[in-house]
Amino acid sequence: MKDDTTGAPRTMPIQSATFSNPVNAEIRRAAATGIYDIRGGGAKRKVPHFDDLLFLGASISRYPLEGYREKCETSVTLGTRFASKPIELDIPVTIAGMSFGALSGPAKEALGRGATMAGTSTTTGDGGMTEEERGHSNKLVYQYLPSRYGMNPDDLRRCDAIEIVVGQGAKPGGGGMLLGQKISDRVAEMRNLPKGIDQRSACRHPDWTGPDDLEIKILELREITNWEKPIYIKVGGARPYFDTTLAVKAGADVVVLDGMQGGTAATQDVFIEHVGQPILACIREAVRALQDLDMHREVQLIVSGGIRNGADVAKAMAMGADAVAIGTAALIALGDNDPKWEADYNALGTTAGAYDDWHEGQDPAGITTQDPELMKRFDPIEGGRRLNNYLKVMTLEAQTIARACGKNHLHNLEPEDLCALTLEAAAMAKIPLAGTDWYPGKPGTTY
Amino acid sequence: MQTFDLEAQGLRALNSALHAQSADTNQTHWEIVNPKGSHAIAVGLDAPIEVDIKGSTGYYCGGMNKQATLHVHGSVGPGTAENMMSGMIVVEGDASQYAGATGHGGTLVIKGNASSRCGISMKGIDIIVHGNIGHMSAFMAQSGNLVVCGDAGDALGDSLYEARLFVRGSVKSLGADCIEKEMRPEHIAILEELLERGQCDAKASEFKRYGSARKLYNFNIDNAY
Repeated sequence: MKDDTTGAPRTMPIQSATFSNPVNAEIRRAAATGIYDIRGGGAKRKVPHFDDLLFLGASISRYPLEGYREKCETSVTLGTRFASKPIELDIPVTIAGMSFGALSGPAKEALGRGATMAGTSTTTGDGGMTEEERGHSNKLVYQYLPSRYGMNPDDLRRCDAIEIVVGQGAKPGGGGMLLGQKISDRVAEMRNLPKGIDQRSACRHPDWTGPDDLEIKILELREITNWEKPIYIKVGGARPYFDTTLAVKAGADVVVLDGMQGGTAATQDVFIEHVGQPILACIREAVRALQDLDMHREVQLIVSGGIRNGADVAKAMAMGADAVAIGTAALIALGDNDPKWEADYNALGTTAGAYDDWHEGQDPAGITTQDPELMKRFDPIEGGRRLNNYLKVMTLEAQTIARACGKNHLHNLEPEDLCALTLEAAAMAKIPLAGTDWYPGKPGTTY
Repeated sequence: MQTFDLEAQGLRALNSALHAQSADTNQTHWEIVNPKGSHAIAVGLDAPIEVDIKGSTGYYCGGMNKQATLHVHGSVGPGTAENMMSGMIVVEGDASQYAGATGHGGTLVIKGNASSRCGISMKGIDIIVHGNIGHMSAFMAQSGNLVVCGDAGDALGDSLYEARLFVRGSVKSLGADCIEKEMRPEHIAILEELLERGQCDAKASEFKRYGSARKLYNFNIDNAY
C-alpha cells in the first residue's frame, strides 16, 4: 500500500485484537441505546471443552468389544436414594428444562415426542406444565423454580420427578426474563400476569434461603408427593464441589450440573459470557464431592452445557456423570437456526447459526415464539422424529466409543480412558495431558 | 372427630391419612395434637376437611393447600400456606417469614404479626394480618389482596405487579414501583369483605391502598435500580 500523494509505503491497517469489530459494534450499540444486550443461548466464547479430551481406546492392556455386535448397555436409573419410584431411562441423554413461553406449545410437544420415542425424559421450565408436554412425555421432570409460575400440587403429583432449580449455567446467580412480546393470552394466564408485560423470573426462591431451609423444602415436597418422586437439584457451574455437597446434604436424589455453555431463553449477554465456569471444569469437582460423601452413583449426577454428540456424552460419563442433558442441541435438532430460513434470518439482521434473539419472539423456525403464524412453520410430529433420530445417533456414538474402550455399559467408562490435549483441559478435567501421566494440580505433585 | 398425635404417630402417617380423604369423606374434622414445631404439617391437602392444630408448627404448615380449612392454635414457622391454591388457613399466633408465599388462591388469616416477606410473589391468595408485617412484604406480588391491620415494614410491595395492598397503620417505606393509590368505593367494598372473612373488626375507611405504578412492566433503563 502506498501514499496517494508521495508514493511512499504506508503501514498496513491492523484491526485491534482488543477492540475487534464485534467489540466496537457492541460499544456503538450500547452508546446508541443505553441498554445492555439481551439474548438467548449460552456462552459463545471459546472455552476448554470436551473437544480438548480424547479417548485412548483399547490396546494390549484393554480388550475392546466388537463394534455394534456385542452388547453395550445405555440404561440409567435416576432417583435411587430416597424416591420410591425412581426414573428408569433407556439412554443417558435427557432433555433439559425449557419453558413454555420461551418455546411454543408445539415445540414442547415435539420434545416430548422425541424424548419418549428415544426412551428418555423431558423437562418443563419456568411457566408451568402444559398438556402438550405431559401428554407426549412418558417421563416428565417438573421444574420447581423461584418464580413458581404455574406451580400447583396436581402437576407435582402427575410428574415423574421434581427438579428444584437453584441456578443454571448460563446465569448462575441470575433470574430470567420473558419479554412482553412473547406473553400471549395463554402464557399470561399460566403465569397469573397481565398480557404483554415483561415477566421477571426471580433469581432466588421466595420461601427458603440456604441448605438448611432447602432440606425442609424437600421434606415438604416429598410429603406432598408421598415420597414417590425423585428430587433433582439443579445448580449452575459456579462452585461445583460445595454446591454438590450441599445439595446432597439437603437430600437430593439427583444433582444436575449446568456449565456456562448451557443455554437460556433470555438474559444479559454480559452475564452469559462472564459468569460461571465451563462444564469441563465442573464435572470432576462434583464427582469428587459425591465420592467424599460416599454418594457417587447413589446420588446421580446429570451434567449439561454444550453437549453436542455421542463423544461428549461418553466423555462426560467417563468423568463420572450418570447422564447428560441437552437443550440447545435439542432445539437445533428440531430445526432451530436451520439454513433453510436464511432469508428470514437475514431480514432480522442475523444469519442461520448465529440467531439468538429468542426473546423477541420472531423465530423464523417457529420454535422460540408464540406468534401463531410462525408457529405454523413447525410440525411437532416431524420435530419429534428428528429429535429421536438425533438422540439415537448420540447414543450409538457413545456406545461405539465405550466398546472401543472395552466397556459393556456407558457407566463403565472411567477417567483413565481419557487424555487431555491441552494443559488447560488437563487442569480443569483432572485428566492427564496426552503423552504424560500428569495434570496440573495432581495430588502428589508440587506443580 | 379424628384425633392424631403427631409426636406418637409421625409426620408421614399424618399426611398420608389426610391425603387419603376424598371429597365425600365422612372424616371431616381432624385434630392434631403435639405438633411441637414440626415441619410440613398438613401439606398438600385436597379435600373439604377441617384440621385443628393444637400448638405451634414449623416450616410450611398447610403448604399447597386445596379446599381444606386449617386452624393453627399457636404460631407458625416460615412459609405457612406457601403456594396455597384454595381453602383457608387461620393462625391464632404469629407467622414467621414468607407467609402465603406464591399462594394462588384461598385465604390466610394471621391474628398476630407476620414477619418479613409476607405474601412474597403471591398469585391470587388473600392474606389478612391482624397485626404488623415485616420488611419486603408483597415483593413481586402478582395478584390477590394483602390486608394489614397494623404497620408495614420497609420496602412494601417492591416490584409489585397487580396485587392490592391495604394497610391501616404506617408503612416504613415503599419498595420500587409501589405507590399509594386512591381508595375508591369498589376497593372499600373489596376490603370490607376481606375484613369480614378475616374476622377483623377494623373499619375499611381506616386503610390506605397501595399498588403498582406499572413503570417496571416493560423494561426501561431509566427505571432500573
